[in-house]
Amino acid sequence: MTIEKTKADGLVDGTTDHPVGAPPRISNAPSARFTSAAANYIDERTSISAVVKEFGRKIFPDHWSFMLGEVALYSFVVIILTGTFLTFFFQASMAPVVYDGSFVPLKGVEMSSAMSSTLNISFEIRGGLLVRQIHHWAALLFIASIGLHMLRIYFTGAFRKPRELNWVIGFVLFILALAEGFTGYSLPDDLLSGNGLRIIDGMVKGVPFAGSWLSFLIFGGEFPGEEIVGRLYTLHILLLPAIIVALIALHLVFVVVHKHTQYAGPGKTNDNVIGYPVLPVYAAKAGGFFFIVFGIIALIASFFTINPIWNYGPYDPSPVSAGTQPDWYIGFADGALRLIPPHLESVIWGHTYSWNILIPITVLGLFILTVLIYPFIEGWVTGDKREHHILDRPRNAPTRTAIGAAGVTFYAALWSAASSDILATHFQLSIESVIHAIQAAVIIGPVIAYFVAKRVCLALQKKDREMALHGFESGRIVRLPGGEYIEVHQDVDEYERWKLVSFHEYKPLMIRPNAKGKITAPQRLRAGMSKWFFEDRIAPVTRTDLERQKSHH
Amino acid sequence: MAHDDTSGTDVAAFSSGADGVSTSAGRAVEPSAGASSASGGLAVITTDGLADPGIPPHRKRVTDLDPKKAKTAQRTVYTLFYLSIAGSIFAVAAYMAFPINADDPGSVRLNTVFLGLGITLALMGIGIGAVHWAKSLMHDEEGVDIRHPVRSSDDTRARAVEIFHEGNVESGIGRRSLIRNSLIGALVAFPLPAVILFRGLGPQNENPAELLSHTMWKAGARLTLDPSGLPIKAADVTIGSAFHIIPEGLNDTHDRLEQKAKAAVLLMRVNPSDLNVSAGRENWNYDGIVAYSKICTHVGCPVALFEQQTHHLLCPCHQSTFDVDNECAVIFGPAKRALPQLPITVDGEGYLIAQSDFLEPVGPSFWERS
Amino acid sequence: MARTSRKANRRHPLATVVLIAIGLAFTGGGYALFSSTATADTSTATSQATVEEGSKLFAANCATCHGMNLEGTTAGPSLLGVGAASVDFQVGTGRMPLAMQGPQAMQKPPQFTEEQTAALSAYVASLSPGPSIPTDSQLTENGNATNGGELFRINCAMCHNVAGAGGALTEGKFAPELTGVESKYIYEAMLTGPQNMPVFNDHNITPEDKRDIITYLKYIQNNPSPGGFELGNLGPVAEGLFIWIFGIGAVVALTVWLTAKSN
Repeated sequence: MTIEKTKADGLVDGTTDHPVGAPPRISNAPSARFTSAAANYIDERTSISAVVKEFGRKIFPDHWSFMLGEVALYSFVVIILTGTFLTFFFQASMAPVVYDGSFVPLKGVEMSSAMSSTLNISFEIRGGLLVRQIHHWAALLFIASIGLHMLRIYFTGAFRKPRELNWVIGFVLFILALAEGFTGYSLPDDLLSGNGLRIIDGMVKGVPFAGSWLSFLIFGGEFPGEEIVGRLYTLHILLLPAIIVALIALHLVFVVVHKHTQYAGPGKTNDNVIGYPVLPVYAAKAGGFFFIVFGIIALIASFFTINPIWNYGPYDPSPVSAGTQPDWYIGFADGALRLIPPHLESVIWGHTYSWNILIPITVLGLFILTVLIYPFIEGWVTGDKREHHILDRPRNAPTRTAIGAAGVTFYAALWSAASSDILATHFQLSIESVIHAIQAAVIIGPVIAYFVAKRVCLALQKKDREMALHGFESGRIVRLPGGEYIEVHQDVDEYERWKLVSFHEYKPLMIRPNAKGKITAPQRLRAGMSKWFFEDRIAPVTRTDLERQKSHH
Repeated sequence: MAHDDTSGTDVAAFSSGADGVSTSAGRAVEPSAGASSASGGLAVITTDGLADPGIPPHRKRVTDLDPKKAKTAQRTVYTLFYLSIAGSIFAVAAYMAFPINADDPGSVRLNTVFLGLGITLALMGIGIGAVHWAKSLMHDEEGVDIRHPVRSSDDTRARAVEIFHEGNVESGIGRRSLIRNSLIGALVAFPLPAVILFRGLGPQNENPAELLSHTMWKAGARLTLDPSGLPIKAADVTIGSAFHIIPEGLNDTHDRLEQKAKAAVLLMRVNPSDLNVSAGRENWNYDGIVAYSKICTHVGCPVALFEQQTHHLLCPCHQSTFDVDNECAVIFGPAKRALPQLPITVDGEGYLIAQSDFLEPVGPSFWERS
Repeated sequence: MARTSRKANRRHPLATVVLIAIGLAFTGGGYALFSSTATADTSTATSQATVEEGSKLFAANCATCHGMNLEGTTAGPSLLGVGAASVDFQVGTGRMPLAMQGPQAMQKPPQFTEEQTAALSAYVASLSPGPSIPTDSQLTENGNATNGGELFRINCAMCHNVAGAGGALTEGKFAPELTGVESKYIYEAMLTGPQNMPVFNDHNITPEDKRDIITYLKYIQNNPSPGGFELGNLGPVAEGLFIWIFGIGAVVALTVWLTAKSN
């Protein structure tokens, strides 16, 4: 139905409008002849035309929130480009050297080759500091944009069938990006990152049974040893990037296989994609956007210092700086470590259990696992086996949105705890009260966020329903013959109304005995969860509702 | 309002589809869904929904309507591309015009800023130009692609099943269970050598728990200043002072950082009457001079923020707070154990010395410590 | 005198509590300096007239809490042995007289002129010897920045941050920012250990070392970061906040522009 309509409207149909058999018109200009010959040469050896035919006019929908994953991809490309440059100068060795570069306050100080070569990149090589700063700022943007991209996917329900596996791949990419970030942060072997590694060492030692052995394996003996930078370097420039590149490729293959989702709107159905073709519009926009993202990072890197290792100095186990923090993306884990109340450690039968380390690790592990498997949980609760290509507006899935809001609040509270000392000094509070407040926020915050978000969603849905049925308040006051004043409501147009009503409604599961006449425990659980999800719901406006409303007037 | 049409939302729906080839007839879940026949689970299926009005009429842009505007847009785009070229040239020029001068720290900043600005201009020119071109001048009527179910067609799936079946029959992997099982066993076993190789990451003949339990401190070792290694006379430690201490001879060891990571000590002097000394530790301080391990018992950051009035020691990483008056017991933050105390005294020349090593392992807890 | 009484009236009712807290700080400082073998000499060059002027100022502004003869009261610590350096630091940076209760005395515009501060210092030093105000030759900023940097990281950075940006202490106290602080006051703070700062006497950090530390601090203050704006030198927290607000902000603004339909 939609298709006929679009044809009638004279729209381009990406798949069928260009008959394959028709010979392409080629002008006789020399450049055109050359292009044609070159294309012919390549095609006869690669069948590239089939690829162009398949992908050249593929349609991508346009929405700003669909660009966030691209931001992540492009920052990653920037990271690869600048990182490659840095490898030409960086020496991943902890062999001690005496610094003899041009930064006066470190002249003559003994430090590792890693630190010394990073200082040389910053102070001796033209553009070296710029590239270092682009690399580090791009890394921060990379992970931030992955985070935002994930939030978009979550809150619009884009993880539903058939995209559950791609959610998992994306989430693994997020974890790998954290690992990339942390390994990179540790490479310069400066005081800040050294203390970061020391914290990792302390956490590893807290692992039951194998902690001290694991620590010795990681550091090649006692902390800090002379191995760790070289090992992290291999992970940072070889192993992790290789896995990330492979997974990004897979991630994108799935985007092609599934075709991109789109927001609900007039003409947009579960069976079509409305947008712009790859060639030329999307190629120009997406290609141009790469340069824009790169440009923003370059601009930031030109003007703002990041990780001034020359201030931190070389790693030494004795000094430490006030305000020692990890990069932002590790903050939630550091915050969790800070929030644990005192004295949580016990000795049982001669062995030490460091609950002050194990509890945060476990809580974060469960949090991560829940996010990872969320699509499967929701899929099981709804039992919905259909493919979903139309995105939900967050308000139309109130429980999901509320769960997301709770998760975001939990994460944000942990994250803010990582800057408890900075919060204390900058808001003239005591560090103890900041910690206590955040401890409370970690527990209570998500609950409040859950209920507020759910109520807001339901209220917005009610408003939508109201709008679809009664139109919007026009602001025009009319006096009726009887003297009564009313504000005229103006009907929304049918396109606008469609946006307000095109969503799915689910209802809680009614338990029924199975073939053997029994009600199983999983069924009970599913019934309970579906009740939790869908008990409060607002139905979309139906034809009957609308007609009744119209006849009422 | 909600039509309780629940025939698709029963228990059967919950279990169906698990085999992946569910062909349950199930009604089309929405009027326009042609290909999909999967169950909607708990979805409320309505036949009373409003109709999709279809794609709204196309709105032409000013550049479509007004050739002058199109001309302006074109000019903007190529100007941006030219600006990008200028930016690239500027960056190359800046590379040469702002060299790094070893005697002038400001030269690094100039080099960074001007090179960066050139590169930014080069990138932004291309980026904004290309996007502006796409937005204002390229054909902007939206296209439509038809989606196909991700699920392969029944024929394809049947063929895939058949191929696997043929593979099974032709290889006999299902039938010849001995071959199959021994192969699985071999495949499980073969990575083991690779795993064991990683044992080499750690030292071979060292016992971590043993090493973690001892530091460089020994009876008679002088307390020396970090980093100079100069010994300290007890008389030089005035009340309210904090000295950062390393053991005598640390700077000459080959594993200086590893030793320092365990042996770093903070020396403080408080009024002796402020100290609550437990039994057995009476002679561990010298006239109010106390020495404590600097390594946090939480995860190992150096705890060195000594407050000379409150006698608190704060760890800047996770805010564990230790009370020097009460043998560095934890009064706030995630740590559990007090900082280990180094028993000290003075030698014949009045220099501070250690009475022994620490009597417990320093730093973060580990499994074997008790 | 009228001026003085007005100031007294302006005091917060809870000022006594603060004065006790600050008093404790001074007591500690006093002890430290008393037991120090490094007895600094009092300036003999001080004229009798200056001391008398200081005496009057002290009686009017400080004696209420610190006692007429520096012996201290319940409201404030004894100032015996604190020396001219301590008075110069506390009064010269505006920390004394106290303005209000708080976890620690805050820096504020000084209440006395340089001459008055000098007179107060001279008066206190005349009654009881203590560390003296460093001379200009001790404060030159041409020491060894490398040594200063290393000592700064070991002895100071854990509270004041590696770049001297300051940091948090327990119970609302904090180590102040060091950027823009006069060399003299940095020196005096190390020497006398004001408030909760430990004392770094000349056996711990020699006068040459102190000069090196000041040299280092002035080096990083006078040579702006080669990388550009420093975002307060607060480390990764400031960087993370920046990328989320300005980096992501700019990117999202541009995505909105990029996907919006042209006019």
